[in-house]
Amino acid sequence: MSDDDQSPVEEPEPEQEQGAAAADPSRHLGGYSQEIEDLEELATEELGLAEFGSEGARTVGRGRHAAEVASLVAETSEGAQELFPRADTASSELRREVGAVLRLPEGNFINTDDIDIERRDDETMIINMGPQHPSTHGVLRLMLELDGETVLRTKPIIGYLHTGMEKTGEELTYVQGATNVTRMDYLSPLTNELVFSMATEALLEVELPPRAVWIRMLMAELQRVSSHLMWMATNGMDLGSTSMMIYGFREREMVLSFFEKTTGLRMNHNYIRPGGVAADLPDGWQDDIAVICDTVMVRSFEYDELLTGQPIFRERTEAVGNLTAEEALSLSVTGPVLRSTGVPWDLRRTMPYLDYDKLDFDVIVGTYGDNFDRYSVRLNEIRESIKMIRQIADRMPAGDYRVQDRKVTPPPRARIDESMEALIHHFKIFTEGFRVPEGEVYVAIESPRGELGCYMVSDGTSKPYRMHIRGPSFVNLQALPVLLRGGLMADAVAVISSVDPVMGEVDR
Amino acid sequence: MSDAGALSVLPEVPRLPDRSVSQLAFPHRETYVQMVRAFRDAGFETCADLCAVDYLTHPGRSLPDGVKAERFEVVVNLLSLSMRQRVRIRVQVPEGDPTVSTLTDVYSGTEAMEREAFDMIGIIFEGHPDLTRILMPEDWEGHPLRKDYGVGRVPVQFKEAPGPR
Repeated sequence: MSDDDQSPVEEPEPEQEQGAAAADPSRHLGGYSQEIEDLEELATEELGLAEFGSEGARTVGRGRHAAEVASLVAETSEGAQELFPRADTASSELRREVGAVLRLPEGNFINTDDIDIERRDDETMIINMGPQHPSTHGVLRLMLELDGETVLRTKPIIGYLHTGMEKTGEELTYVQGATNVTRMDYLSPLTNELVFSMATEALLEVELPPRAVWIRMLMAELQRVSSHLMWMATNGMDLGSTSMMIYGFREREMVLSFFEKTTGLRMNHNYIRPGGVAADLPDGWQDDIAVICDTVMVRSFEYDELLTGQPIFRERTEAVGNLTAEEALSLSVTGPVLRSTGVPWDLRRTMPYLDYDKLDFDVIVGTYGDNFDRYSVRLNEIRESIKMIRQIADRMPAGDYRVQDRKVTPPPRARIDESMEALIHHFKIFTEGFRVPEGEVYVAIESPRGELGCYMVSDGTSKPYRMHIRGPSFVNLQALPVLLRGGLMADAVAVISSVDPVMGEVDR
Repeated sequence: MSDAGALSVLPEVPRLPDRSVSQLAFPHRETYVQMVRAFRDAGFETCADLCAVDYLTHPGRSLPDGVKAERFEVVVNLLSLSMRQRVRIRVQVPEGDPTVSTLTDVYSGTEAMEREAFDMIGIIFEGHPDLTRILMPEDWEGHPLRKDYGVGRVPVQFKEAPGPR
């Protein structure tokens, strides 16, 4: 938006030299009325905000006062709608309307004076951010209501990356399913596979050998390191620190190289499968792990030097995008965003799965729930994860890396040439899959972004009857309107980044 | 907090033991919101997940006595941070009238989840502030995760495939 867009909107002192224009804002706005009409249509149709959208935009567009609008009947796509001035709207209606866009927890009492932060209806505008904006981390679209530079209300619009993965999951066997889910959260594919496999195993009631469990933990923690490094990189880029971007990608590449060595792929591994993992760790994995741990640990202190103490970085993160613990809990927010508000909730500690209860680590919490807290929680979680990886590498048990139940996992390749039975098992597993007993289960793990849950219903066949993934990014995105409210437009980029949404998981 | 005392105030509904959660409750859809409220007051601070299931092709699932199986089910996973417990609530929703009351007044975080359940399965959440499609385009017809919703297929023509017979 250029400067002359704003001048009719501001009109703080109409007595000054542009008094003529201010007295008749419609003249000044002429060229924009079409744009405003479009916006209004957009707001009516897409936001489901008939009253807010049409009233706000119309008032700006025609320069009328709210009282004059009262008698207007607006033609919308849903027929004629009467418009009333905002002051006449009942507070319950206002709460509902506000709740649709700016979601506030029930405990928060909404003061109607608070809703209009020193603004009149004719002073706001709605702009679209995304879906192709580089800082939206994929295809996230935000509709922002702005009062000058201040963000009032926000509506995230998602679905641009929806590929129907839950529906696809119902068509694939449990053996094939991990290949599907691994593409959801593409920055931490192994955690997706892990939650899918754990849900399947909970229905199958199979017990994993200890080495499989510890390999899973090792990979999940490496995944957390790589995901948080990626976040550090993109967050740095969003805040103008391109060096951080290069550094983050550089260190992440080390972890990905180890993944490639172990699983054959840098991303979308299909490595963690129901019944264990696909392959044992490669020879010399301890050396690779030691190098990764040492390097990332040392360099995490370089990031400290680069960002933590840097005045510009602190200006842009401290006290920006605040969230309270009550709001976070009410909005079902989990992961680093919840911990940054001071709630020590980490499923690895509070509801341990795998063998996390045998590891020594700290749960990192913040205090203020602002951007800086979210940054420091993630930076310190990298260090905690490295601490855990070192413990896992020291204590990695020997044994099988998957269950030796031929109904669940395929036989070793060499056995197929020798044994008819092995050939049959192999054929059965890869054509028909294995049958899972009837039942339903909800399993949740701590992904780098929060609680990653899998609700799985089995009808006794070899395909899931229903496979629902609770994506932490999808739920955390609901906090954006609260985080952005009252902040500056320029901070929106920093706030979106600090929530760390992965659109592949949001839209699934 | 002793959970036995806190949870004894809950409305009487059929329950089943479960492998992964401590409780599994099957309220009637009339008493569903009241029950969720009671759980929240008993210390379940957050709603971890809400989704819907279409049981069209799997009608014979096991349910406790007194619960009539319907086509749809709304599944709510509540989480208590203070008690470190989960509870799963399964509500039967009939095919003819797929409506339940919204939970947004109890947990505001269910807003996007309910929109997703509406979009994907077609459950109508009464009183939801903004029940619109969230993942599919607005003009989409049908609800893709219903079992009677066809799966699209793209014919693949292999190079060496024999021609039409």
